[in-house]
Amino acid sequence: MNAAAFSAGSLQVGTVDVVIVGAGHSGLAMSHCLGRRGIDHVVLERGEVANAWRHERWDSLRLLTPNWLTRLPGMAYDGDDPDGYMRRDEVAAFIARYARTSGAPVRTGTTVRAVMADDAGYRVDTDRGRWRCRAVVLASGAFARPSVPRIGASLPGGVAQLTPYQYRNPGQVEAGGVLVVGASATGLQLADELQRAGHPVTLAIGEHVRMPRMYRGRDIQWWMHAAGLLDQRYDALDDLSRARGVASPQLIGSRERAIMDLNALSAGGARLVGRVANVRDGQVQFSGALRNVCALADLKMARLLATIDTWAATHIDDGSLPPAERFDATRLPEKKILGLNLKREGIRTVIWATGFRPDYSWLKLPVLDAKGNIRHNGGVADAPGLYVMGLPFLRRRKSSFIHGAEDDAQDLAGHLAGYLDALSRPGPSRACPASGTRSRSRHGALEADRAVRPRCD
Amino acid sequence: MDAQTQMRVDNGINVEALLGAREALSKMPEAARFNWRATCEWINGTHARSTIDSYFGLGEEQMHRMAHRIDSDHPELFAAEDHGATPVEIVLAGLAGCLTAGIAAVAQNRNIQLRSVKATLEAGMDLQGILGIDSEVRNGFDGVKVIFDIDADATREEIEALVAQSQKRSAVFDIFTNPTDVSVMVS
Ligand SMILES: Cc1cc2nc3c(=O)[nH]c(=O)nc-3n(C[C@H](O)[C@H](O)[C@H](O)COP(=O)(O)OP(=O)(O)OC[C@H]3O[C@@H](n4cnc5c(N)ncnc54)[C@H](O)[C@@H]3O)c2cc1C
Repeated sequence: MNAAAFSAGSLQVGTVDVVIVGAGHSGLAMSHCLGRRGIDHVVLERGEVANAWRHERWDSLRLLTPNWLTRLPGMAYDGDDPDGYMRRDEVAAFIARYARTSGAPVRTGTTVRAVMADDAGYRVDTDRGRWRCRAVVLASGAFARPSVPRIGASLPGGVAQLTPYQYRNPGQVEAGGVLVVGASATGLQLADELQRAGHPVTLAIGEHVRMPRMYRGRDIQWWMHAAGLLDQRYDALDDLSRARGVASPQLIGSRERAIMDLNALSAGGARLVGRVANVRDGQVQFSGALRNVCALADLKMARLLATIDTWAATHIDDGSLPPAERFDATRLPEKKILGLNLKREGIRTVIWATGFRPDYSWLKLPVLDAKGNIRHNGGVADAPGLYVMGLPFLRRRKSSFIHGAEDDAQDLAGHLAGYLDALSRPGPSRACPASGTRSRSRHGALEADRAVRPRCD
Repeated sequence: MDAQTQMRVDNGINVEALLGAREALSKMPEAARFNWRATCEWINGTHARSTIDSYFGLGEEQMHRMAHRIDSDHPELFAAEDHGATPVEIVLAGLAGCLTAGIAAVAQNRNIQLRSVKATLEAGMDLQGILGIDSEVRNGFDGVKVIFDIDADATREEIEALVAQSQKRSAVFDIFTNPTDVSVMVS
């Protein structure tokens, strides 16, 4: 920290009950729910409202979730294209309108530099002064930073490397071949765009989630929503940590509602290879497990579609519903490529579509596990009065999606209100807010769910 | 699946112990660090004998119930005496054993009763590599094919899922499909 920031950081600018870090849709949804409960709070945002959609998305990006599904507490999509998919600037406008209509107390241009415990609760140091509060909501983004595997450092010089947040459009990419690493939504969409722009594309594929855009005449998201799959809860799963690590589905939002899968890409010319495993002597080596990861994805898609069919048989009474469909297995070339010399192949650019991570570098609290993930129970973090929003499968399968914020914000605002109430009641929890809170954070989330929650829309 | 069917499924795998180990080791990552070992002594010609007895795991030295020995040699076609399988065949056996054990474990976990599991493996190799005839040809396999013939109380799709999942969790499949850093030194 430099001296200027330090002196600014020590200037007390306010005391509130709750500080929300981040004015993306998650922070704003929480702000809306706290506002409805009359809880005094402020939303601190380093950039502008919806900063990620303005500055950290490539130009052509459209949501992979349809417009009718795009909703936040108190505001639903009301445009004239419910089945379309918003462009990134439309998403930013939607979120900005939400911030205005819900009167969110946002302080833009305010970067949080440190959050730490103090006797009254928390101290939040920003580049524009210090806040004190009793509770903090971390809504700084589950996808704050692209994560690039360490082997990136051993790629031969002269090969340009881009993350999805540096990539804007094909015009930025040197003529020649591109290796896209990662075959989830981001990797497939970028591979498709670069291929259409005339670049020979090689796609390195690890585990992925395959699904068709449309199924039996309806958007796949409609089926998952209607059948309750998106509402599946975090505390009803056998293997939560695996569910939290599942990659984004291979989907693209386009006017044509096109299927975006490996077959579509290879039909367009893309070369499919396994996960990047190593770099040796200028040669990039790929895993030989490509066939297995594709078989797994095909099987899982078939299972998803079978679940949908079973649900449809008992819930949809519509003679015009098209019959069940099955899709071709992923086609792989007979001759597997296990290594490529980037120079010899004319590959000038590598794009790391290898996922994203949150950034908690400013969080000075002992709540991170050995892998740097925040310890929490359904968004109730492992420190009293600390909450987190927007992480994959935080409380439900839909938690990291825009439409997933509504239920989570309502649940967590309810829990947070209970926490503040308990603090202001005289008693042991007030005398010593830090003691016994571990068990509270473990079980509190469940108690809040059982209680009748006021709706905040 | 009702409780009765669950009780009847028995592939000889103790799922509770495996899940317990997973739970325990996720809390003690140090104990999860194992070291596998083998020693090998030359006997004569291409005949050698490997012995496997000790390993390190759960933070301390461990011993197999007894020392396991594996003879390796080459067939008479190579002017050898064929006292054992060739090392590359032993490697194939390692892959087969690993995938098969994985299938049993996953089946148990998914309440699928196995009746028989048979794997047939085939690996192509162009000897021009090891004989140094053509430097473009690699020494190792140019591909491995594993065919599973499985009889179980399950649909074809469930069996395919078993096989796919066993690859996902297999150490030897990973050793085959991903590069591994190997150092060979003289003591
Ligand atoms: C490429 C991509 C495509 C996606 N597509 C979809 C989709 O189609 N449909 C869908 O529903 N979801 C989609 N998502 C998921 C999710 O909706 C977005 O990631 C969304 O931006 C998450 O919103 P958020 O409010 O949780 O976090 P963000 O939008 O990341 O907002 C966090 C905010 O916190 C601010 N911030 C961070 N650190 C600090 C700090 N220290 N101090 C002050 N402010 C800070 C940031 O500037 C930012 O404005 C996509 C995500 C990605 C990455």
